[in-house]
Order: sequence, then structure tokens, then C-alpha cells
Amino acid sequence: MLWLAIFFVVPLGFLAYQSLQSGNFDVGYAFTWAWGNYWSAIRDYRPQFVRSIEYAGIATAIALVVSYPVAYFIAFRGGRWKNLLLLLIVAPFFVTYLIRTLAWQTILADHGFVVNTLQHLQILGSGGRLLATGTAVVAGITYNFLPFMALPLYVSLEQVDPRLIEAAEDLYANKIRAFLRVTLPLSLPGVIAGTLLTFIPAAGDFINAQLLGGPDNHMIGNVIESKFLELTDYPAAAAMSFILMAAILAFVAIYTLVVGTEQLTGTPT
Amino acid sequence: MSAVAAQRGPARRSFAASTWALVKRHVLTVYSILFFLYLMLPIVVVAVFSFNNPPGKFNYTWSGFTWNNWRYWNGVPGIQSAITLSLEIALIASLVATALGTMIALALVRYRFRTRAATNILIFLPLSTPEIVLGASLLTLFLHFTFVQFGFWTILIAHVMFCISFAVVTVKARLIGFDRHLEEAAMDLGANELTTFRKVTLPLITPAILAAFLLCFSISVDDFVVTYFNAGSSVTFPIYVWGAARIGAPAQVNVIGTAIFVIAITAALTNVLIQARREKRA
Repeated sequence: MLWLAIFFVVPLGFLAYQSLQSGNFDVGYAFTWAWGNYWSAIRDYRPQFVRSIEYAGIATAIALVVSYPVAYFIAFRGGRWKNLLLLLIVAPFFVTYLIRTLAWQTILADHGFVVNTLQHLQILGSGGRLLATGTAVVAGITYNFLPFMALPLYVSLEQVDPRLIEAAEDLYANKIRAFLRVTLPLSLPGVIAGTLLTFIPAAGDFINAQLLGGPDNHMIGNVIESKFLELTDYPAAAAMSFILMAAILAFVAIYTLVVGTEQLTGTPT
Repeated sequence: MSAVAAQRGPARRSFAASTWALVKRHVLTVYSILFFLYLMLPIVVVAVFSFNNPPGKFNYTWSGFTWNNWRYWNGVPGIQSAITLSLEIALIASLVATALGTMIALALVRYRFRTRAATNILIFLPLSTPEIVLGASLLTLFLHFTFVQFGFWTILIAHVMFCISFAVVTVKARLIGFDRHLEEAAMDLGANELTTFRKVTLPLITPAILAAFLLCFSISVDDFVVTYFNAGSSVTFPIYVWGAARIGAPAQVNVIGTAIFVIAITAALTNVLIQARREKRA
């Protein structure tokens, strides 16, 4: 029992230490309570902050709408193919993240198949392009984080007792109403978990914006990355990381209040 | 006459309902197929372009089939050492993280201690933090100690850090459904704590530990953001791809990507098939 405690405290302390350290560093090399870092970060990079939330929000919403029917399909119609279909859902993870995103670069490239088709259908102007636009960035984010949405949805739908749905259909005499009143509310934990798992990494992402977007599509992640690694403006970058983290934690806290931590962390009550 | 109509009413409705169900079923099926095609599209593109024979350094447009990228997979400078480094770090990091994660999971599920709730949140925190914040905070930590050399060790520490959470969650899930009576029975039969753990607990949670190890390994190999912040001048495979992407990634990158995919999917498929067979037998 004791050795468990020891091995458990070490990484715990490490983690706590790490989380505290980043907090101290936002005031840089001299500790001067430079709260100005925060204000200037918000003032100067408000568009990037807003854009991060916006792109992540849109991508999360699309991912939810797109993957819900598929999660439903696997949960109730999957039969003995369930495991195979689930494997297909996570298959994109077997290709390195960056390579996946580069593949989208190829797919959405100028004069590529997608762009040509859209131009042919007059949806896109003749000089129009997809790369270096917000659409491409959102598309990339949506694709890359789709499994994070689909899996929790599947897990919660899988737990719904089909007999419950049958009963609801008998009572409401209408499949749509039965779905809205019974199936959807019962799958809500999955919706919430999926939303969090998609939104959080999406808001901090900079790879999609870098590879698929142009300078006008940069998200806060791009700013943090360049401040840290190219401009070595550590205090400002650390302040921005913290604002991003605080925004996301606030988001998580609201969700936690609604569902409870135990459900989020997957512990039985 | 009226009796016939009354009889026909419900029959027709159920026919309509079943038709509607059939249509709905197919809509859902077709939609799901389209969804999976969309999911597979980039993977297919990666695989196809690994056989491309680009005239210049841009591997964006199809210009002829060749085996050369596969034959000379390490034909671009730096790629082989990057892969080696990635594999080394993934192997060590996932071994360490799985070992530590298993112990934490055991402690969390078995014992009620005062900081249990806090620990649960701490484990969850790295999972709910954007990678960029994780990477940045570790970078500031390492920068604080000026003697730290960025490279192998900083990458390794970073990977162990974020892998532990995944390991804990995976092993915990298995432990929650664990029948403690088995351990009690072993103890009753005269086994001490250590023997019980070795002969009863460990074999039962081995699948979860193995799963945690594989999960950690794949996350570690794939990680870019955290590594990028803490690598210094060391180059792992994702960092290599990132650098190459700026000047046009060579087709060899696709070769490695496809190879990793094929290996991983084969392993996963085998696992699914074995499980399916076992279920059938049971």
C-alpha cells in the first residue's frame, strides 16, 4: 500500500509542480506582477482569440451533426460489425496527424478535384480557392477531431436500452418525437463529452491553421507558437497560454456543473 | 364493406410504417457509408501519393507510378534518424507511463484517500488541456532550470507526462469492473499480498495494461505539438514532417505514413477478429 502511495505521489507532485510553474512564468525573467502582459495579449490578439473560439465552435458543431447519425447507426444497427466499424472510426488516428493534414492540403489544393468541382458548380468563383481560407481550416479541424466526437456519442447511445425506445415509440406514436424525448436526452452525456473532447484540442490547435489556412486565418495557437519558438517573447506567450487555458477551463467548469465530474472522468458514482 | 375498410386501415398503416422504416434504414446506411468514405479519403490520398513520381519536390499532383519511394524509403536525409528517435522515445515513454499509470489506477480504485478527488481531477487535467498549453508550460519549466539540455530527455519527460493520464484512464476502466472476491479467495487460500497481486490481479488486468501501453505508444509516436516545444534541435518523425511540409514534403513521408497505418490497422484488425472469434466460442 505504501509503495503505491509513493509511486502515486511522485508524478502527482510533478504534475502539480508543472502546472504551478507555468503560472509563475507569465511574468517573465523578473517577477514584477506584470499583469499588463495579460491586457496587452487580449488587446493585441483579440481577433485570434475570437477566431480560435469561432473555428473550434463551428468545427465542433459540424462534427456533432455529422457523426451523430453514424454513432446511432453503429450502436443500433451495427450488429456483429460493431467492432469493425468502431475500428474504422479511429482509423484516421493511425496516420500521423501532420500527414493527415497534409493530405487535406492535397485534396483541397488549387486545381484539385474538389476545387474544380465547386468551380464547375459555380459555388466557387473561377479564381476561387479553398486553401488559405477559413473554410479549409474548419474542414481540417472537423476531420481531425471527428473520432473524439463519434466515440463518446457511440458509447452513450450504446447504453440506451432499445426497449426504452420501443416503448417511447409506442407511447408517442411518432418516431421523431420518441427520438427527441427519449433517445436524444439519454445520449446527452455522450454529446457533452464529445463536445468537450473536440472543442478543447480544436481551440488550441495551430497545425490546421498553419497548413490549410493563410495569415488571415491564424488562431491563437499560431501566435503562442511563434511567440514561444520564434520570437522568444515568453511572458506574452505564457500569458496567452493561460488565457486560453482559463477560457477552456471556464467552459469545462460550466459543463462539469451540469453533468458532474464523476461522469466526466468516467468514475462510477 | 365498412368492415373491410376498417380492416384494411391498420394494415395499410403498418405497411406504410414498415416502408418508412426501410427507407429510413437505408438512408442511415447510405449516410454511414458516405461518412466512412469521407473518413478514409485522406488515408487513401496518403497511400496513393506514396507511389507518386513527382518531377519536382512538390508531391501534390499525380505524375506517374513508381516503386522508388518505397524502395528508397530512407533516401531523404534525416528521415531514418527521425524515425529511430521517435520509436526509441515512444518505447521508453510508454513503458514508464504504463507502469506508473497502472499503479496510480490501482491506488485510485482501491483506496480511499484524502486527495483522491484532487488526483482524479489532476489526471483529467492533461486530457482537458490543449496540447499547446501543455507543451508551453513544460518548456517554461525546462527553461527555468538553465542546466537542462533540450533533446532526448526533455522529450521523454514530456511524453511520459501526457501518456500517464491515458494509461490511468485505460487501466482504471478495467479495474472498476474487477471482481475483488477473486483476490479475497486467493488470500483465504494462504497467498500473501504480493503473491495475490502477481498470480491473480496482474493476469486479470494484463489486457488493460497492454492496451494502455499500445495507446501510449501510438500517442507518443504521433505527438507533434508537445514535442515541438520541448525538442530543442532533436528531430522526431512528426517534427521532420513539419519541417519538410514548409518546403514541400517528399513522397517518402507518405511511404512512412502508409507503412505506419498498415502496421497499426493490421494489428488492430487482428485483435478485433480474435475477439470476435472468442465471443463466438463463448
